[in-house]
Amino acid sequence: MNIIVCVKEIVDPELTPDNFKIDPVNKIGISPAGVPTVINPFDGQAVEAALRIKDIHGGKITIICLGSNLHREVVKKPLAMGADEVILLEDDAFGGGDSWSIAHTLARGIRKIGDYELILCGRQAADWDAGQVGSGTAEILGLPCITLARKIEVTDENARVERVTSDGYEIIEVSLPALITVSNELGEPRYPTAMGIIESLGKEPTIWKPKDIGLDPLETGSNGRRLKLAKLFQPIREGQCEIIEGETLEEAATNLALRLREEKIL
Amino acid sequence: MTNYKGVMIYAEIAEGKLGAITKELLGGGRKLADALGEELCAVLVGCNVSHIATEIIAHGANKVYIVNNPLLRDYETDLFLSSMVKVVEQAMPRILLLGQTSAGQDLSPRLAFRLNTSVVLDCVDLSIDFDSKSLIRTKPVYGGKAMAAFISEDYPQMATVRLKSMPPSVRDDSRQGKVIEISVGLLQSVSRTKILGRFTEEAEGIKLEDAETIITGGRGIGSADGFKKLEELTKLLKGSAVGATRAACDAGWVPTTIQIGLTGKIVAPQVYIAVALSGSSQHMAGCSGSRTIVAINKDPRANIFKEAKLGVVGDWNIVFPAFLRKIEELSQG
Repeated sequence: MNIIVCVKEIVDPELTPDNFKIDPVNKIGISPAGVPTVINPFDGQAVEAALRIKDIHGGKITIICLGSNLHREVVKKPLAMGADEVILLEDDAFGGGDSWSIAHTLARGIRKIGDYELILCGRQAADWDAGQVGSGTAEILGLPCITLARKIEVTDENARVERVTSDGYEIIEVSLPALITVSNELGEPRYPTAMGIIESLGKEPTIWKPKDIGLDPLETGSNGRRLKLAKLFQPIREGQCEIIEGETLEEAATNLALRLREEKIL
Repeated sequence: MTNYKGVMIYAEIAEGKLGAITKELLGGGRKLADALGEELCAVLVGCNVSHIATEIIAHGANKVYIVNNPLLRDYETDLFLSSMVKVVEQAMPRILLLGQTSAGQDLSPRLAFRLNTSVVLDCVDLSIDFDSKSLIRTKPVYGGKAMAAFISEDYPQMATVRLKSMPPSVRDDSRQGKVIEISVGLLQSVSRTKILGRFTEEAEGIKLEDAETIITGGRGIGSADGFKKLEELTKLLKGSAVGATRAACDAGWVPTTIQIGLTGKIVAPQVYIAVALSGSSQHMAGCSGSRTIVAINKDPRANIFKEAKLGVVGDWNIVFPAFLRKIEELSQG
């Protein structure tokens, strides 16, 4: 079974609001110096979903990653987890895209890879939280798409997916080839093993430029956007939390209860 | 100049009636339609749903487009997609709004790409740019650490709207409106997916979206038993329920149906008691609409203390039982 997994390198979503800044000129979020970027955690779960299928059925997992100035130790992590190959769509022209230009560009990369039964993506990227690239790429490729998968099982011809719903889940069957987006309910991705890391060190990513996938630089990245980002701002946080004290913690807890009652909050 | 006119909202039915999100879309949609001086309409896709049209008109839609077909009894991407394409081609709305629901977040990107237009998901604010009449779509990004406002020049201008971010419309049965049935020649073969079953995992009792008070536990709770302690408080407070952060759900201590946050439930209770959770921006995205946030956490630097109104700094294992005992004492007095 040939599986393609789309991954994105992003600013670490675990950063707290105090450590996170916006670059107002480039209209982008930046992390403090020394804090490394990461693979989008939902994409990490998509890689895990692919590995669970490979554990049972064998096959090949190809990672495709789109961006500019990608950090090798970040984008090669799926190799260390057990994926087989990494293809980077890497060029300045690819940067600054929205879901529209990203999906169209990824679709071209996927067509160039050619052979696949399944494409997996994270449900959204934890930087822009757009939540569209998976479905959009499926639409461009003419594939059926199932979103929010928490479990994926495959046969030669079908995938059976548990999809998260607001009050539980549903089971959906789809014939392959198909695209499936993965949600965090799938579970924690496996850690790279030491042997996995060593093996991945020897594997160099394949790099494709716009012309390699039949794109003019003016058709991709920020040039290919449909949505214009009019404003990016950090909401002002004025929080003033009143800390309720006491001689002991129990007393503080009691005072909190009293306070909430007095103010008719509870 | 464009031939696309009017605001269209995608209606969803919950338990045989209009879902809360639909009333919010109608309320928010009406404001946009009035700002544009154009009509507000709704689209309802399903089977045997025509009777809901009256309720939709009473909530402010000038027109209701109905697609009625036995194949549309339950949401399924390909069939609903084909139906919506037909409706949009006929109605040509300037603006198309859906809820950020299970169906909405599945359907809207697919629909946008098929219609050769763009969409912004999970919007918390929508407004009309005076000069261009473009829809300004504002949504949280970077897990809620920043806000982004988007515009575009394609039509229809699409957005999904986060629950509880628009004021719901009020029912007025004197309102009049038109119902238009659209027939879509659907074939089962259009559908490339098959739903084999639907399963509820929701706990009994009050839904988080409806609770007046929510007690939420995070990573610091440490175990499923820990959450049982939080449940004790729900026995003392009417209309209360227990929620959880993603970390607690991922750890398997509680079902994922009670996850509150950016990729979980959006809630806005009167009181939100945050116990042993750090208050990440992704979590706050789910509860920032709460009237009063109360925090219990042993780390004074936890982000939750920048979001809460009142709090106690200390180990929840000591603070919470004492808090519970006092509430119990006060309830009996």
